[in-house]
Amino acid sequence: MSTIAAIATAPSNGGIGIIRMSGKECFKILNQIFRPLNPQKIEDISGYTIKYGYIVNIKTGENMDEVLVSYFKSPKSYTTEDMCEINSHGGMVIEQEILKQCLLAGAELAEPGEFTKRAFLNGRIDLSQAEGVIDLINSKTAKEAKASFQQLEGELSQKIQEIRKMQLDIIADIEASIDYPEYDDVEEVTSQRLKKVLIEIREKLIRLEESYNNGRILKEGIRTVIVGKPNAGKSSLLNAILGEERAIVSNIEGTTRDTIEEFVTIHGIPLKLIDTAGIRNAKDEVEEIGVQKALKLIKKADLVIDIIDNTKELKNEDKEILSMLTEKVAIILLNKIDEGDFHLEDKEEIKETKKPIIKISAKTKEGIEELYQKIIEMFQINQMEIEQGNLVTNMRHKNQIHKAVEAIEEAQIVLEQELPIDLISVPMKQSLEELSAITGEKVSEDIISEIFSKFCLGK
Amino acid sequence: MKYDAGKYDVAVIGAGHAGCEAALATARLGLRTLLFSISLEAVANMPCNPHIGGSSKGHLVMEIDCLGGEMGKNIDKTYTQLRMLNTSKGPAVYSLRAQADRKKYQIEMKHTLEKQENLYLKQAEIIDIGVEDGSVKWVETNIGAIYQVDNVILATGTYLKGKIYIGEVSYKSGPDGVFPANKLSDMLTKMGIELVRFKTGTPARINKNTIDFSKMEIQNGDEHPKAFSFEDTIEEEAEQLPCYLTYTTSETHEIIRKNLHRSPLYAGEITGTGPRYCPSIEDKVVRFADKERHQIFVEPIGRDTDEMYIQGMSSSLPEDVQIAMYRTIPGLEKAEFTRPAYAIEYDCIDPSELKLSLEHKKISGMFFAGQINGTSGYEEAAAQGIIAGINVAQKAKGKEPVILDRSQAYIGVLIDDIVTKGTNEPYRMMTSRAEYRLLLRQDNSDLRLTEIGHEVGLISEERYQKFLRKRDAIEKEVERLESTVIKPTDKVNQFLERYQSSPLTTGAKLAELLRRTELKYEDLKEIDEQRECLPKEVAEEVEIEVKYKGYIKLQQQQVEKFKKLERKLLPQEIDYEAIKGLRIEARQKLNKIKPNSVGQASRISGVSPADISVLLIYLEQQKG
Repeated sequence: MSTIAAIATAPSNGGIGIIRMSGKECFKILNQIFRPLNPQKIEDISGYTIKYGYIVNIKTGENMDEVLVSYFKSPKSYTTEDMCEINSHGGMVIEQEILKQCLLAGAELAEPGEFTKRAFLNGRIDLSQAEGVIDLINSKTAKEAKASFQQLEGELSQKIQEIRKMQLDIIADIEASIDYPEYDDVEEVTSQRLKKVLIEIREKLIRLEESYNNGRILKEGIRTVIVGKPNAGKSSLLNAILGEERAIVSNIEGTTRDTIEEFVTIHGIPLKLIDTAGIRNAKDEVEEIGVQKALKLIKKADLVIDIIDNTKELKNEDKEILSMLTEKVAIILLNKIDEGDFHLEDKEEIKETKKPIIKISAKTKEGIEELYQKIIEMFQINQMEIEQGNLVTNMRHKNQIHKAVEAIEEAQIVLEQELPIDLISVPMKQSLEELSAITGEKVSEDIISEIFSKFCLGK
Repeated sequence: MKYDAGKYDVAVIGAGHAGCEAALATARLGLRTLLFSISLEAVANMPCNPHIGGSSKGHLVMEIDCLGGEMGKNIDKTYTQLRMLNTSKGPAVYSLRAQADRKKYQIEMKHTLEKQENLYLKQAEIIDIGVEDGSVKWVETNIGAIYQVDNVILATGTYLKGKIYIGEVSYKSGPDGVFPANKLSDMLTKMGIELVRFKTGTPARINKNTIDFSKMEIQNGDEHPKAFSFEDTIEEEAEQLPCYLTYTTSETHEIIRKNLHRSPLYAGEITGTGPRYCPSIEDKVVRFADKERHQIFVEPIGRDTDEMYIQGMSSSLPEDVQIAMYRTIPGLEKAEFTRPAYAIEYDCIDPSELKLSLEHKKISGMFFAGQINGTSGYEEAAAQGIIAGINVAQKAKGKEPVILDRSQAYIGVLIDDIVTKGTNEPYRMMTSRAEYRLLLRQDNSDLRLTEIGHEVGLISEERYQKFLRKRDAIEKEVERLESTVIKPTDKVNQFLERYQSSPLTTGAKLAELLRRTELKYEDLKEIDEQRECLPKEVAEEVEIEVKYKGYIKLQQQQVEKFKKLERKLLPQEIDYEAIKGLRIEARQKLNKIKPNSVGQASRISGVSPADISVLLIYLEQQKG
């Protein structure tokens, strides 16, 4: 049986969240994403041990969250398999991110009620409880199906169907050319065309996958970092935004403990402002921090607001910060237009970044509305998406889309190697299969229908 | 007057492609076998296209051969042209196709049946089947003979209440002018077997001397033709007959559109469901209205006849309209009909009433094979025939039925599909239906199935020993390629350069070099000093297995996953109504299909993953 993972706690921004894994590969997977303070070989760790350390991003190796991990060794666990529970800081984003790392490291997303099902199948739960297990699976499935259905209405479903259609279209061409080799109706699928289509499909899938990040952003806020050299106007900007919307601000202590996050909703859009000033003092003044620290924060941000004093020449520090924006979603604010205008927008260093530029006065709040509009535009947020539903379902969908992307990439590799078309069709069908799992459509019959709706074949 | 005609083990009803394979299998396995045909002139007839094989169907024929069937050998004796299709599309989809000498095919098959010990070929129509206490007891012919039998295999093709339509004209008939079987349908209905009405059709036959081939493209056979049977080789010098290609024109389409009201299909007279993949020419013109022309293949029917088959012109339009159509097709302007195109309607059963062994779920000893099960195609029919035959013999010997799964054979895919899902149109085999098609190649049919054929008793000891030697040779050579290291010498790198392959800096295994797209097994001989000369079929197999190892392995992993649920068997006596937690739709479907395994259950439409979880838990409960 495969190793499964899921968030065990109810979705909420409660105190802590638990991510659970079970299966043969459990500790091997954990090993890839957990950096304990006192590393030990798994053989030397006994069951019921709790270890402290960090969950790291499997790709970048960066620390993601400070956690406690409980070890359960087979057969002494809930499922009787090797198991672990990762106790993380609350917040659905963190939980989702940790779960994502588990999946990237080789775990499969658990089906509804699957831990209990395994506990039962492995003989851990008494037979008299079997009905309870069935009820649990059915109710969880129903709940998920409902949430899933709500999501599949509308735009998301349309996007999935659009990609499926592209996949079906090209697969039908390949399959028809194999099943009906003599018909010139069926154009030979050239590698050039295939290459183009694969790129297109991959891009669409990735965009779809990213839209789930938008969903995450909406739940947890756009991680926004305000950077700029001392006295450029960071604190005034922060106060301008916070002052206006103070009524709905909540304080959440960050996990790195040396920054303060302010949560604010502007025109219905949640921003999580990361205060680069460190701990706020009693007078609501903001302490400045160094460039190195800023760089670290920029890396983690969804949105960077670079604020520059527009009454003075660009300083080296400004230029250094500007150079960090290349890969990020960023807005450049030219501040203090109430005091004068140095036309910094004409500077090569600023033009080069190709980021949107807005002139403002943090003091008089001139240009602030323009900033908000720009943010809305950049994140393409609309009201419907804000009300988007269940996160678990989200994760399942995202996971499927991710697998679909991987399969397409596999097809691209096969194509690159100039292998016969039949071999390319294997990962391509796999990709279609993964995407279709979201909508529950059967692939094989769809391909055949597509072939016969497109082509005129037979005696 | 009825009379007792004696006691036999099995009666096969119908001597088409399914019936022939079924009867040969049971007779060869030692059962006293009756084989009935309404007309012995119709044995192993090809009333439609005169070819065997093609994409995925070629696979079926080779699988039949490796189980010990006859179709491959018979066509190897009687082909008029052989072509390997799809040679550029990957080894798994190479497909052999033969044009058949139709009359000769029939004569050869009939003679094989006649020579077969334990096989009694008889011309008669079966009008009734006796079932007592849920088991088959006897069959009755139209002339009053009662044969006591333990088993019956129904392979009636398109004969059950067959009805032919040619425009406004319609009459009761089997295919190709043979009598239909009118009584058996009602007997089946009486037994509680549900019948549905399907439809198919065939194009006209034309006298070759009235065709102008200069206006057509010629299509010749392969220079180095291969055989279907693993026991045969083809003489390369033997003469092959060409096929020809022409096209319909906009005038043809105009004639069809003007006369649509005279087609029984469009006038609503034919109610049977036709296949999407065999559309009549009028279907094509209506459904693909923007297409300017459709391909027409002109194929020979035999070596000593001038009749030609016109593939692509299947129709139910009246004969005068058909003739008018041909007047507008390049090369066929002066075509003289020998037989017009017709559509045929017939009764078939819902194959989901069968077990995977092809025995009826409720009537012990009653097996079904071929077009009566809602399939289409000679190869599909033969594939079911041999399985039904084998399973009758297994049953007679008190052994478990032979059930091939989806990862073992196209035959497995075919039977699993129709039995698990039923079919609402004539079912045709396609490579797209096979999930694990990289594993289901023509070239490895023997590796997949000879063992099973031998165990059942249809593969001779001699053939089996020969097969074992081949298998060993393949394994040994693969192992040698995987372990032999080639050093980066000048000679090697010069060789690689010549094939535009990147040079070696360190040693590399021969297998790794073979996995490079640009290098072939044959080429590598130059730098492979220890190579022994191997038979061609061994070398071919080695090359495919090594070259595509990564992809083959990937599919094998998928198969492993698939097999886990296939191994969880579901007893036939489960009452799904009584399982709490299953959704109502799932209960009904499961009770109807009675799947063999949880895997098969998961393929039934309307059974959800949650239902499968419930089944797994239920199974566990039973154990406790």
